[in-house]
Amino acid sequence: MTCLPAHTDKRLGLVIDLDTCVGCQACVTACKEWNTGGHMAPLTDIDPYGGHVDGVWFNRVHSYEHITEMGGRTVNFPRSCLHCEQPACVTVCPTGASYKRASDGIVLIDEDKCIGCKLCSWACPYGAREFDTDVGVMKKCTLCVDRIYNDNLAEEDRVPACVAACPTSARHFGDLGDPMSAVSQLAAERGGVDLMPEMGYRPTNKYLPPRAHTQRAASVPAKALEPVKAEGGFLGWVDRMLSS
Amino acid sequence: MHPAFSVVFFTTATGAGYGLLALLGVLGAAGFIEPDFWLGLAGVGLALGLISAGLLSSTGHLGRPERAWRAFSQWRSSWLSREGVSSVLTFVPAGLFGIGWIILGRLDGWVSAAGLLAAIGAVSTVCMTGMIYASLKPIAQWHSPYTFPGYLIFSAMSGGVLLDALLQGFALGSAILSVASALLTLLGWSWKLATWRYNDRLEIPTTANTATGLAGGTVRSLEWPHTEENYLLKEMGFRIARKHAAKLRRITQALAFGLPILLLITALVLPWPLSAMSSALAAIAQFAGLLVERWLFFAEAKHTVTLYYGR
Repeated sequence: MTCLPAHTDKRLGLVIDLDTCVGCQACVTACKEWNTGGHMAPLTDIDPYGGHVDGVWFNRVHSYEHITEMGGRTVNFPRSCLHCEQPACVTVCPTGASYKRASDGIVLIDEDKCIGCKLCSWACPYGAREFDTDVGVMKKCTLCVDRIYNDNLAEEDRVPACVAACPTSARHFGDLGDPMSAVSQLAAERGGVDLMPEMGYRPTNKYLPPRAHTQRAASVPAKALEPVKAEGGFLGWVDRMLSS
Repeated sequence: MHPAFSVVFFTTATGAGYGLLALLGVLGAAGFIEPDFWLGLAGVGLALGLISAGLLSSTGHLGRPERAWRAFSQWRSSWLSREGVSSVLTFVPAGLFGIGWIILGRLDGWVSAAGLLAAIGAVSTVCMTGMIYASLKPIAQWHSPYTFPGYLIFSAMSGGVLLDALLQGFALGSAILSVASALLTLLGWSWKLATWRYNDRLEIPTTANTATGLAGGTVRSLEWPHTEENYLLKEMGFRIARKHAAKLRRITQALAFGLPILLLITALVLPWPLSAMSSALAAIAQFAGLLVERWLFFAEAKHTVTLYYGR
């Protein structure tokens, strides 16, 4: 049923740090690599070596220029499913293919039930769902449901592929329904925000805004460099003689 | 939003078909129409033909049309599912109404009851179609107070003009119906103008700032995550219409509203069969105009995902 669960035992999701994300796209490729063989496989590529490359990705990293009175800065912005508490993508689904799990709040698609009407992608304000034109069904982030509960993986690897791959630890995975969890604490401490809160979808994932600009220039403890241009005249002759 | 022709045709054809079916059902039950065999065949046939063609066309939009039957299951949460259920249920009284009228040659007793039930089903299905669009929050131009009544008005309008053309064709035309159709078209015209006015002045609270969570200042897209257009941009970042919007709005107004009103008024003073030709032309022009209107309805609608791409 595409009616939403009244309550989910956990609220698994991601906390993404916009301060430390360097836009390296490692999470993007790690996601594609894992998921093209995972729960929603395949993540079809259309014309991958041609002029009109297209394909299904669950995670996309944008780059923005954010200009305020404090100055400008580049912000790298990973965008993926936020596993909302009020996901209209689920309730609009006419077939029951889309559902939100009562156990952990993950929003998933049953590919065998999807008729490919695309209405769920219209209902998602964040562009989290992408249609696979080859298979004819909708696809989306699974929060690596086939990794996080996978007993065949070492315990430290039971996190989404994007989190495991991030070289700057800009991505954190955990239960945002538990106020004592590390991710909840991090979001509270850093003032994590919801995307498009005015839409009322109540996303689970939180974004940590970039830290404030510093008012002071960094101090440089190294000595000032020596001039490299050779001195002329008597002092220059003394310098050359003593240096040799 | 990308205006897929299958969906543009679907909403236009079923709108006109359900409008015609509802009017035939109500006017038949009220004794306004005689149970004439050829009129019944043409009227109920045209209504159910438009509805069936529209519904078939809508499955052309699906990635896996062979699973379309699954869409009847989630009526408790999904307007699309409710539309599917309502459309199929409406075929039952509509079919009985058609059998009673065409085969048994009567429009009284249970046939009139079937006609009224078909009319209720038709109105309910159009309501469901309107709600599919009106309920989508990410598209501000659809999630507006104008969308839902718009679908009902355009359905009544196009159904009325079709019924008028049909009755005129059988030399059964009535001045009341022609004037009513012209007035409905005038109402449709005013509603569309008001809708455009509302959309053009729309101040959308969702911005690149709220989309990225970056407060204050300006947020400018520096680089997309990909070099070519992806599904999101093809489906929801459609931009062609904005270039021709003014011209297409004029074409819509001329074909869907202006010309039909003129032709309906002209038909009042012309002798038969010229009046029938004028009424038929009004219906054809309006259908073509509504296809342009529906194309614009999609093409001018802007989805919030475009904010991530700086569009």
